[in-house]
Amino acid sequence: MPSVMLRRSESGALLFYVAKKDLEATVDTVEKDSDEEWGGEVVLADGSSWYIDPISPPPSFPTTLRFKRA
Amino acid sequence: MATMTNEETEALIQEVLEVYPEKAKEDRAKHLMVNDQDPDKSKKCMTSNRKSLPGVMTVRGCAYAGSKGVVWGPVKDMVHISHGPVGCGQYSRAGRRNYYIGMTGVDTFGTINFTSDFQEKDIVFGGDKKLDKLLDEVHGLFPLMKGSSIQSECPVGLIGDDISAVAKKKAKEYGKVVVPVRCEGFRGVSQSLGHHIANDAIRDWVLGARDDDDSFESTPYDVAITGDYNIGGDAWSSRTLLEEMGLRVVAQWSGDGTLSEMELTPKVKLNLLHCYRSMNYISRHMEEKYGIPWLEYNFFGPTKIAESLRKIASFFDDKIKEGAERVIAKYQAEYEAVIAKYRPRLEGKRVMLYVGGLRPRHVIGAYEDLGMEVVGTGYEFGHNDDYERTTQDMGKATLIYDDVTGYEFEEFVKKIKPDLIGSGIKEKYIFQKMGIPFRQMHSWDYSGPYHGYDGFAIFARDMDMTLNNPCWNKIIAPWKQEAEEDEAIAASA
Ligand code: SF4
Repeated sequence: MPSVMLRRSESGALLFYVAKKDLEATVDTVEKDSDEEWGGEVVLADGSSWYIDPISPPPSFPTTLRFKRA
Repeated sequence: MATMTNEETEALIQEVLEVYPEKAKEDRAKHLMVNDQDPDKSKKCMTSNRKSLPGVMTVRGCAYAGSKGVVWGPVKDMVHISHGPVGCGQYSRAGRRNYYIGMTGVDTFGTINFTSDFQEKDIVFGGDKKLDKLLDEVHGLFPLMKGSSIQSECPVGLIGDDISAVAKKKAKEYGKVVVPVRCEGFRGVSQSLGHHIANDAIRDWVLGARDDDDSFESTPYDVAITGDYNIGGDAWSSRTLLEEMGLRVVAQWSGDGTLSEMELTPKVKLNLLHCYRSMNYISRHMEEKYGIPWLEYNFFGPTKIAESLRKIASFFDDKIKEGAERVIAKYQAEYEAVIAKYRPRLEGKRVMLYVGGLRPRHVIGAYEDLGMEVVGTGYEFGHNDDYERTTQDMGKATLIYDDVTGYEFEEFVKKIKPDLIGSGIKEKYIFQKMGIPFRQMHSWDYSGPYHGYDGFAIFARDMDMTLNNPCWNKIIAPWKQEAEEDEAIAASA
């Protein structure tokens, strides 16, 4: 369960950063992304997918969350 | 030699790898690649930030070097104690040329080496007592210093000393900051982990100091320069540009920086990050905790400077945006004159780089402004995110190498035959003896600054001075030269 830093890039895309793995990739899709909740399966631009239990209300970015590899 | 194609570069890599035993070959192959601007392809190819193989020559440093030498060392009004044997600090003392203003030994301490000078008995009985005494002496001798940091060297970690306890005790006793940094050299695979540890130490021991104190009068135009170590005055030539466009630079991290500047950084509006590798950690932390956005910029060469100034200005109102345009216009005549003078002398020359931090990608723009081409580049201690940022800056089919070994670098150079190499002191004399012009790109070869418009003029002059030095025609003895010419004539006949 690595800690992941999430932030908005200059273009507004969500960036996914795992310090331990030096992985920095843009988030392609988020399973649940609404005004009520945010989370579920998250797929990155490099094809890997990660999981987090949906959070409600949605977190404000930047923030650090713990993800599981899906 | 003309530009190489993808296949040729690929073949070159295979040829160089040929001499390795099977396992080493497999391992090293992952660290060498041909640049492909298609990001999907390049991402998968490069392996980086791995342990160097025993037996090959690496030019990496250790975690202590990353913390004491890079991040903490330049903070000028603190005493940085190299805790452990004397050599680690003494042999690296003042080599990085982080310029600063102040009276050394009175209120600034940048070039002095402080060490606990471990002896056998300290290894056997532990060094905490010695550290305690050392801190007493430092506080007694240098009353104007603002705080101290304890930079652990390898043995301290191996014998399991508790430097944090000593630091806490002494900080209380003297009412000054004492930061224990567990940056023993053996941690991690290179200096890169040292940067991270140093960033974390700043986060834990320094950054929050003025959280509940609003006495600092801030303006909407406050920024901090991070990841600029003022090598040869780099941060100064960057700072003038920012101030001219109307911003207020509150802190410099860490070249010519001070402890109180670091403590004030959480009050700024924007963090400007030059060396991404060594300070992205603290920038990310400040973004999360204080909501300060950060921005990577590049002050090498007029094209990138103009791009960066506009990018920085886009975070502020019209006053700053106009300021940026004004600054660019003001220096235009100056840098155009530099290009007009040096470009004809440097046009078409090919450069190979092998450095650390930000330079393998950042300086490319400056070379291109002078009509030169970077045909190979590599990081000593880059991570994946660095390589991702590099592929876009590099041309197609250029060679990229990670933690390149002495042998590989020499072979690449022999085949690619660049006109200029930019790397460190350890590579300098090998390549000079091979007859290839060389610039030391860690410390700017005792020159600098290279940042900003002022720096670009110096950069261009230095490259010209090195490349067009008449000595390079004298490498081959005259009688051998004649023989070569004869052969060439015979071949063409
Ligand atoms: S690896 Fe250890 S002993 Fe060597 S310079 Fe670094 S801290 Fe000192």
